[in-house]
Amino acid sequence: MKILKLIIKREFISKVRNKSFIVMTFLSPLLFVAITAFVTYLSSMKADQKTIAIHNQGGQFVNEFKSNPEYKYINLSSININILKDSIVSESYDGLLFIPNSIDNRTLENKIKYISNDIPSISQIADLQEIIENKITKNNFEIANLDTIAIQKAQSKVNISLVKANGEKTLKGLNEIKIFIGGAFGYLIMMFIIIYGNMVMRSVIEEKTNRIIEIIVSSVKPFQLMMGKIIGTSLAGILQFFIWAIIGLILMFVTSTFFGLNSSPTANIPPELLQSAQSEMTTNIKMYLAEMWNLPIATILISFMVYFIGGYFLYSSFYAAIGAAVDSETDSQQFLLPIIMPLVLGVYIGFFTVINDPHGTVATVFSFIPLTSPIVMMMRIPFGVPAWQVFISVSILFATFFLVVWFAAKIYRVGILMYGKKPTWKELYKWLQY
Amino acid sequence: MNTILEVNKVVKQYGNFKALNQVSLSVKKGSIFGLLGPNGAGKTSLIRIINQITMPDSGQVFLDGELLQPKHVQHIGYMPEERGLYKSMKVGEQCLYLAQLKGLSKNDAKKQLDYWFDKLEIQGWWNKKIEELSKGMAQKIQFVVCVLHQPKLLIFDEPFSGFDPVNANIIKDEILELKQKGATIIFSTHRMESVEELCDEIALIHKSNKLLDGKIDDIKRQFRTNSYEVGILTNNNENLIVDLSQKFKLSQTNFKSLNNELKLEIELGNASPNELLNLLIQKGQVTHFLEKIPSMNDIFIQTVS
Repeated sequence: MKILKLIIKREFISKVRNKSFIVMTFLSPLLFVAITAFVTYLSSMKADQKTIAIHNQGGQFVNEFKSNPEYKYINLSSININILKDSIVSESYDGLLFIPNSIDNRTLENKIKYISNDIPSISQIADLQEIIENKITKNNFEIANLDTIAIQKAQSKVNISLVKANGEKTLKGLNEIKIFIGGAFGYLIMMFIIIYGNMVMRSVIEEKTNRIIEIIVSSVKPFQLMMGKIIGTSLAGILQFFIWAIIGLILMFVTSTFFGLNSSPTANIPPELLQSAQSEMTTNIKMYLAEMWNLPIATILISFMVYFIGGYFLYSSFYAAIGAAVDSETDSQQFLLPIIMPLVLGVYIGFFTVINDPHGTVATVFSFIPLTSPIVMMMRIPFGVPAWQVFISVSILFATFFLVVWFAAKIYRVGILMYGKKPTWKELYKWLQY
Repeated sequence: MNTILEVNKVVKQYGNFKALNQVSLSVKKGSIFGLLGPNGAGKTSLIRIINQITMPDSGQVFLDGELLQPKHVQHIGYMPEERGLYKSMKVGEQCLYLAQLKGLSKNDAKKQLDYWFDKLEIQGWWNKKIEELSKGMAQKIQFVVCVLHQPKLLIFDEPFSGFDPVNANIIKDEILELKQKGATIIFSTHRMESVEELCDEIALIHKSNKLLDGKIDDIKRQFRTNSYEVGILTNNNENLIVDLSQKFKLSQTNFKSLNNELKLEIELGNASPNELLNLLIQKGQVTHFLEKIPSMNDIFIQTVS
């Protein structure tokens, strides 16, 4: 036990002291925030104002097109359409909307043309269509002698609000948050397993190519060394996750305060956010933040720990055995593929099945299968999973780990002293019997 | 108890390949024991069994009269042929770690480390990483790691490879000093000069079998051919050679001398050295007369081929 502790300590310290660990731990949250901010900034940026020339022979639509920051409309109805067509390139407008004269509105509907060299965006065309449709509809009402105001009054707009059975109000889009949170944690587990599993493998290969392995196994049992390595590395992973969780919680807290969720609503909000155009967004962010605080954060974090440890132990046993079997990382690819596949499968099942039906058969079955359960179950948990299911899934996971570690130890024991040729699957099977 | 290590009919099989076939040997306490054999003979397999890295398929190993058990690792120090340390770990930490794995407490390990670093004059290396050291320097650390826990039995696999002559000598002296202090040393090597110089007893393993073992002198006696190297100044060399070749088997030989004498190696068969000497004295001036003792190198090659 003392020996195991020594090995764990060494593995942990050597991982944590590594420069790439420190950089990854503190830089990646920063990077994540920076990228999110950058993407948000980009998507909030206004596109360049587009200039659209209108040629409306009848002139009845000209006043409907009002310039806004997105589009600038210029009325060129007086100029011959053929001249306009030829001058699209030379003149500085992006497109030409051609509304011809027509006998009635019905025939007009299919005669309007938009002429441009670039293909306009769907939303741009939709905007133009809407303007024209509105005008024509209004005109149709007038022709039919209908009371426009009465019709406007008669129109209704329904907004279904979502309420849970226990009366608690929920927000539309809460599922999106759950999907996002579940997906993020499931994905994180996959990343952690791959990153830290690889670390275990690299560390085994390092000892093997360094030849220090022979000195160490002359003092300790190979199984102790393997377990020490797996546990020590997992502690580094847990530490990293802890740091991230703390940074994340701080960020969540800061944004909450920033948007005035917990303090007085206006105190901290910069004046521009109060402008009417922005206020809707602010309320939405507030509501999403409130919902995030309402998620079972503790349950999610604890189950993340449990599933990370279980999944990581299971997979890193494979990784350790592979590391022992090969002489260099390049040789490991052939053996790594079957390990990565169930992980990727887990993520796909998570993103395609859990999101549609978190408690459906496929999602439930795969959250029991130990190779995919850490990811799939993690994605289901924000939607609320019965405790017995979690219990069974965790039990299966750890039972499988004990089975796998037993096999892995056998391969490890033989492999660490084997040099030279890359072993085949058949040879690995033979090693199990030594 | 005079024997520290007893290997009894050890068999080790890897798949269809038999690495050790009923190998037995015993190593006396306080001696230096040479484990010889060509590449792939089974030396490393045997050493790994003694170190409990692998288990024998049959047969037993006794240390100090007790059947080998996990607790015995702390009494054995091992320096493998393929040297290896953690490249990016600091020298001091690394030595402490490896000593603690052998069961030393941190304080004892530190004391021992101070002693050895002083002795080998490498105090300044404590905070260096192995990758910053030269190969020879890393070898010294490897040696320290091997002896740090004051083992009763030291196993060196090719201990001098990689050392320059100066450092090889330092290490050799340290090994002899350890022997003086009562440690038993097993050498596994191809370098016969160091075997001749250091070892009291040897065992020769070839193709998984032990072919020879015993005290070096005994083995040499066993392999002596009753041959003598002779130097003689005569007026008529041809005549002498004709005379001698009637009685003995002759061959040309060479040794260092300042005269321009005739140099011969003479196999006496059943005759005594005096008979030869009497014969020679009559023919000229004898300048050199020495029994040709077989070198370990000769014995090795003769046994293996």
